[in-house]
Amino acid sequence: MIPVLGLIGGILIGLFLQPEVPLWLQPYLPIAVIAALDAVFGAVRAVLDGIFNDKVFVVSFLANVVVAAFIVFLGDQLGVGAQLSTGVVVVLGVRIFSNVASIRRHLFRA
Amino acid sequence: MSVQPPAEGQPPAEGQPPAEGQVPAPSTAEQPVPNDTVGETHTGTVGETGRSSWSAMFKMARPRATRANFFAAALALVLGFALATQVQQTQQQGLEQLREDELVRILDDVSQDAARLGNDARALESTRDRLLSGADNSAEALRAAQERLDTLGILAGTAPAEGPGIELTIDDPGRKVTAPLLLDTVQELRDAGAEAVQIGDERVVASTYFTDAADGIRISGKPVAPPYVIRAIGDSATMASAMDIPGGVNESVRRLGAVPTVEQRDTVSITALHTLEQPQYARPVPGPTGSGG
Repeated sequence: MIPVLGLIGGILIGLFLQPEVPLWLQPYLPIAVIAALDAVFGAVRAVLDGIFNDKVFVVSFLANVVVAAFIVFLGDQLGVGAQLSTGVVVVLGVRIFSNVASIRRHLFRA
Repeated sequence: MSVQPPAEGQPPAEGQPPAEGQVPAPSTAEQPVPNDTVGETHTGTVGETGRSSWSAMFKMARPRATRANFFAAALALVLGFALATQVQQTQQQGLEQLREDELVRILDDVSQDAARLGNDARALESTRDRLLSGADNSAEALRAAQERLDTLGILAGTAPAEGPGIELTIDDPGRKVTAPLLLDTVQELRDAGAEAVQIGDERVVASTYFTDAADGIRISGKPVAPPYVIRAIGDSATMASAMDIPGGVNESVRRLGAVPTVEQRDTVSITALHTLEQPQYARPVPGPTGSGG
């Protein structure tokens, strides 16, 4: 409940403040957001699987974000930033889909 | 907030009764609910699994004042903030967040557009130049036509004229001066370079004629009375000396007992106008040289 409120509050803050994304962060922010979403869906799935843990969630959230951003950073340094970004997005997207499918099976039995 | 049991991270065992039993208790914060019902083994009865999943969700949604929950909320806050920020950033869609190949493609598009628009601009400029020069030509032609009109107007006597010249007054109380003498005077003035001539109130043009009538001289059918005032525009000194030559106009006039007076002026105004009449018989012949323009 509290994290959900935090999510809504963060969205509202972003909508109201309309902050400029600093230039150095611009390539990494979208990937980081997707990684965080993956962590969130994974957490929901863990709740339904009965293995949820706040600490694990926090750690996995941060690790996801950092690793995703690092992969993109590395790709940019190697000159394959675009391709690697696509790859990260694909992987995270697959994970999000599978997590959502698992959640759906839990909640709707379908 | 409070200290949590370190065993929290472990997936709970099969023990569903204790968790469910403790949920309604107000002191949930102390008991961070390692999860209830199903572990990996939810392959049993489907209905029970679904119901217990929802209850697990609700249970997890319950506010728990643990430090980890607080962190999770903070992370969710950050996530929402980043999400909204990124969405807005993407909607602004500035060039700086595009990648190299996209920038190259955009640059190509812009270059092609620039080339195309440059061609258009050049075509339009040439058109404009042509129109402008055409306007200049028209103005030039108009000016030339106006000059020609002025010249012809002076020649034909339809326009007033002004310039240096002489005023010849023939005081003829005895009315001895005849039409041929006036005609000689006009011819002499023209020979001396007179460009416009007026006798009395009559403009002297190509069709002017002088006749002697019982009541005096008529110029183009209109009677004139002495003194005859002849104004001519031209080189005043030349015309004045032309009047004075031996056997010329002045001498002839004096021989008749009249008094000629020649006055050179810087400005002679010839204001009498000749009314053009449409020729009744003569028609212009369109020749190879046109109208001589």
